[in-house]
Amino acid sequence: MSKRKVRIATTSLAGCFGCHMSLLDIDERIVDLMAIAEFDRSPLNDKKTFTRRCDIGLVEGGCCNEDNVHVLKEFRKNCDVLVAVGQCAIMGGLPVMRNAIMHSEDPLRECLDEAYTTSKVLNPSKQIPNDPALPLILDKVYTCAQVVKIDYQIPGCPPSGDTLWAALTALIKNEEPTLDYALIKFD
Amino acid sequence: MSDKDHLTLNIDGQKITAKRGQTLMQACDAAGVYIPRLCDSEGLEPQGSCRVCSVKLNGRVVAACTQPVVANAHIESETEEINRYRKDLVSMLFHEGNHLCPICEASGRCELQAMAYRLGISQAAPHPYLEPVRPVDASHPDIALDNNRCILCGRCIRASRDVDGKHVFEYIGRGIHKRIGVNADCLAETDASIDDHAMSLEVCPVGCIIRKREGFFAPVGERLYDTEVIGRDIETQQPHHHSLHKIEVKQIDPADFPPFNKDDNGDTV
Repeated sequence: MSKRKVRIATTSLAGCFGCHMSLLDIDERIVDLMAIAEFDRSPLNDKKTFTRRCDIGLVEGGCCNEDNVHVLKEFRKNCDVLVAVGQCAIMGGLPVMRNAIMHSEDPLRECLDEAYTTSKVLNPSKQIPNDPALPLILDKVYTCAQVVKIDYQIPGCPPSGDTLWAALTALIKNEEPTLDYALIKFD
Repeated sequence: MSDKDHLTLNIDGQKITAKRGQTLMQACDAAGVYIPRLCDSEGLEPQGSCRVCSVKLNGRVVAACTQPVVANAHIESETEEINRYRKDLVSMLFHEGNHLCPICEASGRCELQAMAYRLGISQAAPHPYLEPVRPVDASHPDIALDNNRCILCGRCIRASRDVDGKHVFEYIGRGIHKRIGVNADCLAETDASIDDHAMSLEVCPVGCIIRKREGFFAPVGERLYDTEVIGRDIETQQPHHHSLHKIEVKQIDPADFPPFNKDDNGDTV
């Protein structure tokens, strides 16, 4: 039986693409990776949709708008193993700071007002972006595990190339991705 | 050795000598055996509330920081069972508060974070994040309190009460609503001072007590737990690699840097 390549999909939700940058920090090991794996839906190859079922899905970022939720559910549906990569996917990261807006009946409104209406940042129209093409923002930021079942998480902000390599190679070998002391970082 | 004042303890198969009247933690620290802990801090009265220092003493789980040494003690500490308890306790602390390491200035010197690293916590715990929304008290000119990061270790309470003699902090509320309160409407109205022991970096194990204008003083790579495992100083009886204290950086004198449009003779170019 010829062994087929492991299919990997990646996406960035409410994240900064730092985790994807970090994936490229595996440097020349990417040659070894491409010998045994191929990327399906991923910003790295600009494939916007799944072409077939994937073995491993790597999700960066949590959910802050309805498009994030849609993409995350797509990933769950199309990936055997779904991995939350980085602190944003695991516990919300920087975007989740808006969940802590206090003393407000309507925290989301206060957040948008602060960003677009009352802030000193130049925004002559004082309008909150409301184009139909923009995905609706959620009431608060949700972690990936609050929306779908997550199988594993890789901590870090971002996880280092070595951390991602250790976790990814373990997953490709169908092993538990256990990380050594030096590879566990929450920042 | 087991005379009138000394006892021999057996911890994970290693024999250590303890003085009568010591706690298990004190005896182990002196012998270079580190027992993980969060609510216990050197110089403060042990409280036994975080339970991270749980060990099995002759088959019974006790808190090592409050348990006095006893004769014929057989202690299990670094076992799979005990470390699983510790992992669960520390994971739950991460879920109970808002521990957003990427935005916290205590990251890298945080004992909670370092403990999670030591215990190897990398996978999700099966608990929801409670995401508390507790008010931040930034009223004091030199100190801010972010209660959302508090793990209720009570070290600030004991430091303020027993070392500073001020009673700035106290527990208020019960159960899941328990939190740290200050002895007035806000911190600015108390007699808290930046020079209090309670406000020093040794006392708050997380980023709850924030010393204003000192944040992020150590770059990544030079923070306390960047290069060493928490407890290494006790295990090796050697000081920390990096200081917990702010290193005074020489202020830049503008006179040292002539304007770019002047040459060495001061002539405009």
